[in-house]
Amino acid sequence: MSSTPIPTQLFAGPDKAEASLVTVIKPQRGLWALDPVGLWRRRELAWVLALRDLRVRYKQTLLGIAWAVIQPLATMVVLHIFFGRVMGMAEKVGDVPYPVFLYAGLLPWTLFSNAVTASSNSLVGNAHILSKVYFPRLLLPLSATIVPVIDYCIAFIVLAGLMLWFQVPLSWDMVLLAPLVVSTIIAVLGVGILLASLTVSYRDFRYVVPFMLQLWFFMTPVIYGLDFVPERYQWLMNLNPMAGTIDAFRAVVLGQPVNYAAWLVSTTSAALTLVIGLMWFAKLERKFADVV
Amino acid sequence: MSQPAIQVEGLSKKYRLGQTRTLRQRLASMLRATNTEQADSLQSGTFWALRDVSFSLQPGRVLGVVGHNGAGKSTLLKLLSRITDPTSGSAAIRGRVASLLEVGTGFHPELTGRENIFLNGAILGLKQNEIKRHFERIVDFAEVGRFLDTPVKRYSSGMYVRLAFAIAAHLEPEVLIVDEVLAVGDASFQRKCLGKMGDVARGGRTVVFVSHNMAAVRNLCHEAILLNSGCIERHGNTDEVIDAYLNRMFAGSSDDGEIGWDLPDAPGGEEVRLLRVRAIDEAGSPRGVFDLSEDIRVEMTYRVLKPLEDMRWVIKVICDDGSIALATTDHTQREPGTKPGVYCSTCIIPRKLLNAGRYSLRINAGCPGIKEYVPGQSFIRFQTTRSTDHGSYYAEKWPGAVAPSLEWEQQTVEQANADETIREAA
Repeated sequence: MSSTPIPTQLFAGPDKAEASLVTVIKPQRGLWALDPVGLWRRRELAWVLALRDLRVRYKQTLLGIAWAVIQPLATMVVLHIFFGRVMGMAEKVGDVPYPVFLYAGLLPWTLFSNAVTASSNSLVGNAHILSKVYFPRLLLPLSATIVPVIDYCIAFIVLAGLMLWFQVPLSWDMVLLAPLVVSTIIAVLGVGILLASLTVSYRDFRYVVPFMLQLWFFMTPVIYGLDFVPERYQWLMNLNPMAGTIDAFRAVVLGQPVNYAAWLVSTTSAALTLVIGLMWFAKLERKFADVV
Repeated sequence: MSQPAIQVEGLSKKYRLGQTRTLRQRLASMLRATNTEQADSLQSGTFWALRDVSFSLQPGRVLGVVGHNGAGKSTLLKLLSRITDPTSGSAAIRGRVASLLEVGTGFHPELTGRENIFLNGAILGLKQNEIKRHFERIVDFAEVGRFLDTPVKRYSSGMYVRLAFAIAAHLEPEVLIVDEVLAVGDASFQRKCLGKMGDVARGGRTVVFVSHNMAAVRNLCHEAILLNSGCIERHGNTDEVIDAYLNRMFAGSSDDGEIGWDLPDAPGGEEVRLLRVRAIDEAGSPRGVFDLSEDIRVEMTYRVLKPLEDMRWVIKVICDDGSIALATTDHTQREPGTKPGVYCSTCIIPRKLLNAGRYSLRINAGCPGIKEYVPGQSFIRFQTTRSTDHGSYYAEKWPGAVAPSLEWEQQTVEQANADETIREAA
């Protein structure tokens, strides 16, 4: 191994570019501190860490990956009983099956909520690695969103099943699901990255995040539709990065008209959060190891 | 001369002392509209962990970094590993870098040995296909073959460390930055690791190596740096730098077997003050040289200023290369509770225990987990010479930190008579 002359091995191999690499260490400023080049080079690590999370999560569990289905499905059933039946929401949403209405909102919301929780804890949770090895720190919140995305994909299959069961007709609007998923991911990353760096500086956020997400759930049109909100206040509602996106997502699934304006406002708000999140992250990136 | 592999210029790192402020404090200071920077500096001072450090290292050279705890060694490594950002200055490293500040970073106890090899390798910067390529060799080196699919939480600590080091040993970087990761594992594995490190150095790689193990530094390093209070005090030939380090380590200690203080500048704090330390022979006179055939009595005279529930003395006998030959404490032989007064404690280092050479005595008093009453310091240096009846006097230099005269037994299991031996030989 090391008795063979190393340089020949390196120059012959695929690492040729890295062999002539010069690492410059100096105080970093601006978004460059996020180390986009290194981020790309180390992208494999994001998968490996996500794989770790996935393996660890289902070690010594009985139902394993089935939890990805049970969680949103059970939430849907409970919400349907309380809001749909007891409080009579099922009649107020028009001629669409309320379980599908609920599930179509819960699907992107569960992704948002799980991914934000995971990425906000990602730096603190991996503190032991942060303080011993360098890699672009942004990898951690990015990697933390991978498992929730996998869950999301599995839960998507359940949505298809529900649509078949309740005989919701398919429409061409469904191609919009792709950009809607992108909008959701932008919101997830924006809020997740911002909270990840805030949690390092202020552990208060470990308690704030679950509580905040609980309130956020009720301020997002999941159990009700966006049109339940008085028109005067809808713009305020749409500033919520998830509001317009979830509403549009559901409209597409149920074949209802899409509120493009709301979707656009929410996505812009999400993109803005992402920019602020990245800037804040870059500002703190090189201090994480000292603080964490 | 080729371009240096590592070029460091004016590297500095400042830390803020004291607690980082909580969100509540931050919000409160924002509400009061005070200047936060000012509030920071009022609340806590700043501290330069590293100040204006410059050096360069040619490719293929091995640099040792030595210094006392808090001299800035770890900070230098953290900066070179990019774990933390410098406050000012810069460094350039040419080639693929790997840093090992710890072995087994990111190991997950629930995962199996196999899964952890891939996880840890990825964290250290190996690509998954590189790990696949080295997989067999890593498993062989670590000697954990049978337990590959067992979660590492069931590993013995030795197995755990072996696996962790095996992964690190297969990094194949051009520049390797290593902390004292070798201070783990059993002795034979340590030797194996040191051998591997030697391979690394001979393989033409550039290495920065931090260690308290002077023997390892002497063996491995082409040159060395002595850090003191964040600055480079000396950079050059390994032996010279180590000598400078050891001299500094023993500075302030007495060579003639006795050292004493008046109360105002006596070592210690508000609970205990050390008044006198002596190394005396059986007749009670202080000496700087002892024969190995006589006991060495270490005597500490001290004043206790406050009633103490629990305290204990610890004496470390330190070899010339800075390693600890032995440590002893009076903890189990002390009555609990000490009233104010002046006391004299004596520890007897028995004859025929130490080896011939130079030793120093590092002494401290305290109560673990509560407070250190007298911080550890080297007070006395003495020399031991070979006696005529000690087992160690045949060799030019008998190996070992100590050379106790131990009991040996021999039993005859079978004995041939003289005739037979002669017949066989013929």
